[in-house]
Amino acid sequence: MSAASGKARRSAFLTVFLKEVKENLRDRRTLTSAFLTGPLLGPILLVLLLNVTLNRELDKAEKPLPVPVIGAQYAPNLLAALKAGGVVPGAPVADPERAVRKQDADVVLRIAADYGKAWRKGEPVQIELIYDSSQRDANTAVERVSQLIEAYARQQGAMRLVARGLSPDTAWPLHVARRDQATPQSRAVLMFAMLPYFFVITIFMGGMYLAIDLTAGERERQSLEPLFANPVPRWKILAGKLAAISTFSTASLLITLLAFAVVGRFIPAEKIGMELDLGLHFGSCVLLLMLPLVLLLGALQSMVAAFAKSYREAQTYLSLLMLVPIIPSLVLAILPIKAQAWMYAVPLLGQNLGIMQLLRGDGVSGQQIGLCLAGSLAAALLAVLATIRLYRSERLAISA
Amino acid sequence: MIEVKDLHKAFGTVQAVDGVSFTARDGEITGLLGPNGAGKTTTLRMLYTLMAPDRGQVRVDGVDAAVDPLGVRRRLGVLPDARGLYKRLTAGENIDYFARLHGLPEALLASRRDALIKALGMDDIVNRRTEGFSQGERVKTAIARALVHDPRNVILDEPTNGLDVMATRALRQFMARLKAEGRCVLFSSHIMQEVAALCDRIVVIAHGRVVADASPDALREATGEHNLEDAFVKIIGSDEGLAA
Repeated sequence: MSAASGKARRSAFLTVFLKEVKENLRDRRTLTSAFLTGPLLGPILLVLLLNVTLNRELDKAEKPLPVPVIGAQYAPNLLAALKAGGVVPGAPVADPERAVRKQDADVVLRIAADYGKAWRKGEPVQIELIYDSSQRDANTAVERVSQLIEAYARQQGAMRLVARGLSPDTAWPLHVARRDQATPQSRAVLMFAMLPYFFVITIFMGGMYLAIDLTAGERERQSLEPLFANPVPRWKILAGKLAAISTFSTASLLITLLAFAVVGRFIPAEKIGMELDLGLHFGSCVLLLMLPLVLLLGALQSMVAAFAKSYREAQTYLSLLMLVPIIPSLVLAILPIKAQAWMYAVPLLGQNLGIMQLLRGDGVSGQQIGLCLAGSLAAALLAVLATIRLYRSERLAISA
Repeated sequence: MIEVKDLHKAFGTVQAVDGVSFTARDGEITGLLGPNGAGKTTTLRMLYTLMAPDRGQVRVDGVDAAVDPLGVRRRLGVLPDARGLYKRLTAGENIDYFARLHGLPEALLASRRDALIKALGMDDIVNRRTEGFSQGERVKTAIARALVHDPRNVILDEPTNGLDVMATRALRQFMARLKAEGRCVLFSSHIMQEVAALCDRIVVIAHGRVVADASPDALREATGEHNLEDAFVKIIGSDEGLAA
């Protein structure tokens, strides 16, 4: 029915939309999921995770490093050099292999008894580093000790050459000069690979309970049949409900962006040479890229929920659906794919690439944004059309 | 006026409705009587266009349901078998929601709602959220929202189901009032006494077919039974699924 006659009357779309918003604002579970747990889970988790990781890295790099040494008495000069590098030589352990495997020590240094004799003769001597490379925790320690030893060896070698009247360069015809092109931002990217997924999850949680309510919920409490007895085409009812879902999930997204902006200030990223900008520019770009996903996910959720016979069943289906958006994030985290233009048009993947680029500080081009919006919007429209079709079916209205 | 001609509806291999025809006139109460599973609810669902019939025609005030389903729904007030309310909305908000879906202007909406609240005696519950309503309060709210657009034709699917004696009495009086206002009232029931006491015309359905269509007196005459209950049993062929 079109809005005829001069008297004030509300359109069916607006009526459904306002009723859904009002009803769901009164539901504590929806509110918690849409405005609290959904949007804040990501930022809080990220901060905790980062702080733990960062502090551990920092600790390892600066802290005195206790290393049990076997045969310390044979090589006092080497030990002095290690001590200068922050290593604290400890008492020897009886079974170094076991100690390392049991994580009693990150690394154990073993110096052979003939060290002194060989050294004086100018013969090469072996120093053993006993460690377990599957203990990722220990890797920094191993790296530190072995670098200190190698530096000591190089220095001693150079002195021997000089003593024989040779230039130390004779022994090292090649110098490797490393020029790392990673910027502080791009180093941060490695740690933030899961950020796009957090945004998707937030949208998902924001609209989830409304989407369930849309079909499974209405059917379970037997209100869908009376609703459909009203002289309103079903697609208009669906449109009103989708609008309500989208409103809630957009609100969730805004809250999470705000939370990330606040939290971004507290992440000690600069301590490990990273730079992080989660501010206004980042937030508005993410919002733009994510908007088509709001509609797409809303329609998908409604569609999946419509197949469920009950509220509980719909919840189960939707939690499975929630795992789908993790795929692009995982793939990108594991396989370092070089982004092709067409990838931006793939929903979820495009957003993922775009957000990663924003984090790197490279910015996204107009073409990339265009592709991303067009691809996701097309997918969203398809999902909406499919949901409308489903909504039209006779069986949908009938309660169990 | 509701006219039904030769309705058929099958679900898979089950023929739920198998050639149902009847007419419900204005200013009359027509009762659709039949045991559970006879096809009453399916017939009514086709009337308010929730389902499309496999064959046959439905006309409400001359409007064909197959041609203009929205027009038919606009002319009907429906209390379906499923009468769920929105539990986080008050009774009044539930009524307003349906009124707006019917496109009622806001000013008219308020006066219609208030009139129904008075007629159904709902003053004490109108501003309460419907969560925790008694069965009677729920039915009242559902009826109010079904009739808020002042329809000429009223369809009630087992309206007294689950109501206590007082609520049933009140509902019967309300139906008599709808009839007195000149509306066409069609309701389904599996309770014989209720149908006998209220109806001007009884349509008896069994196994998806109309087995009798007459006034209560005519039914008694035709079967030669003085007691209406015996008459029904004779018509249907068994007393299975009927309640006194």
